[in-house]
Amino acid sequence: MNWLDILILVIQCFVIALAVTTAFAYLTLFERRLLARFQNRVGPNRAGPDGFLQPLADAVKLFFKEDIVPSAADRAVYLLAPAMAVIPAIIIWAVVPFGCLNINWDWRACFNDPYATTPLRNILQIAEIDVGVLYLLAVTSIGVYGITLAGWSSNNKYSMLGGIRSSAQLVSYELALGCAVLAVVMTYGTLSTHEIVVLQTSLWGIVPQFLGFVLFMIASTAEVVRAPFDLVEAEQELVGGYNTEYGSMKFALFFMTEYIKLIAVSAIAVTFFFGGWRFPGLQTLGTGVEALAGPIAASIAVGLASLGSFLLKLVAFLFLSVWIRASWPRLRYDRLMDLGWKWLLPLGLINIVYTAVVYVLLPNQQVAAFVLFGLSLITLAIAGSFSRVPKPVDNVTYVKDLPRSAGD
Amino acid sequence: MDLALFLIAGAVALIGAVAMLMARNAVHSALFLLLNFAAIAVLFLLLQSPFLFAIQLTVYAGAIMVLFLFVVMLLGAEQVEDTPDRIAWQRPLGLLLGLALLAVAVIAGLRTGTTPLPGGEAVATFGNPASLGALLFTRYMLPFQITGVILLIAVIGVVVLNQRGRQSAESGQATGD
Repeated sequence: MNWLDILILVIQCFVIALAVTTAFAYLTLFERRLLARFQNRVGPNRAGPDGFLQPLADAVKLFFKEDIVPSAADRAVYLLAPAMAVIPAIIIWAVVPFGCLNINWDWRACFNDPYATTPLRNILQIAEIDVGVLYLLAVTSIGVYGITLAGWSSNNKYSMLGGIRSSAQLVSYELALGCAVLAVVMTYGTLSTHEIVVLQTSLWGIVPQFLGFVLFMIASTAEVVRAPFDLVEAEQELVGGYNTEYGSMKFALFFMTEYIKLIAVSAIAVTFFFGGWRFPGLQTLGTGVEALAGPIAASIAVGLASLGSFLLKLVAFLFLSVWIRASWPRLRYDRLMDLGWKWLLPLGLINIVYTAVVYVLLPNQQVAAFVLFGLSLITLAIAGSFSRVPKPVDNVTYVKDLPRSAGD
Repeated sequence: MDLALFLIAGAVALIGAVAMLMARNAVHSALFLLLNFAAIAVLFLLLQSPFLFAIQLTVYAGAIMVLFLFVVMLLGAEQVEDTPDRIAWQRPLGLLLGLALLAVAVIAGLRTGTTPLPGGEAVATFGNPASLGALLFTRYMLPFQITGVILLIAVIGVVVLNQRGRQSAESGQATGD
């Protein structure tokens, strides 16, 4: 590794960290404006044109707030918790392929069979490792520490409840998330994120893995503790949840973690189920630009176009996520556990069985993908038609139904 | 560079392990153990096995320690009482076993220290998920299956124990009425 590679790596890390934090700032504005529209309000529109400077104003406000540590808090852990929350949220971006800009100036290497040996130096993905998917799962599973430790170290009952809820919720939904991701890995036969994108040639991952996609969306929303699964910061019950005792920039770090993780899981969903940076016609664009302006221009054009396509899909997902938040009320805690363990996990296991059986029985990938799609729809329809969940009215005992002896 | 990384990761792992034993607070102990796990994960990376690195983080750091923290927090058992150990022979036995382990490690190190390490072809696919999976489903099929069955027994045991507790609680309520 020479100094140029190291320099490129440092610049990549710097750009990603900066881009992700900026994206966080503007996601808050995006969300507030959209939520306002959903609720027939206007939303923040005073700072700058259409509220464009609102994130800046929020940041300045948070910077200048008094930075306090509660006297009864466990000081070291209290200060460590925000860092332990925000670091996984940022390092998860290392294996996400944003696009494909090959700086060996051969754009065809991006679309190569992954087992080919053409060298690919894609500067739009920091680390192309052969266990990228496992890395994603590992980093997501570490993310729970920040919240849990914040809840414990604050020495506050409400924070503590938030922390306990978070560890139980995240451990439960990690299983469903893992099952959904495992089915994707089985479909493409690789653990590398770049190869998963490359292999989604004619059909995006959502076709063979529709059930996986639905499970992934539910489980990942729970994993980033976002509405309707945001029980760890249920304001009505827990004052503020795990971050009650945090103020100033330490609070901002938790806030940031939540949003960066949301963007990250959306990016992962795009990578696994919506073709990542691919879009139909990308190769035609590469050939066309190469004929007009040579291979360097073609590489850059493919790189920028793929980056643009990825970001567009990402924004669509973020919109969906705001929409979900605006539409669904928060789940009750027992229902949350019920959903995770009794619905998502069995469905995830069924999906793994489907994937394995269908791909072994049907050698044609396309046919297999559509058979899996059909099976997913049927399974979801059956699962949706079970309304075994007790409704509040079922828990009411009428006086006339009580056995007579009990009253005496 | 590898040697420097190895020394740093090894030192961090050792510090984490010693600090875990010394910490008075159970949550601090858990965090030091987490540091130890992370350093060992880095050592796996240095040994060219990214798969073990990811598994180390997911299983130990991401699942086991989280459950441990959950229980400690739920029970509020983070403070260690200063009462002397109830099992008096535990500490000397622990020391003895630790020394035995150290002796084994030193002997193993001394014996392989002089012979050159096997190199060559195996390194290219060593430890990658595909070859690991192939081994698990061919050569180590039986141990793999047995592990699965043992885990299944544990799961069934948890369900049965939980069910029994629930039934006795319900019957207790019924008689209480």
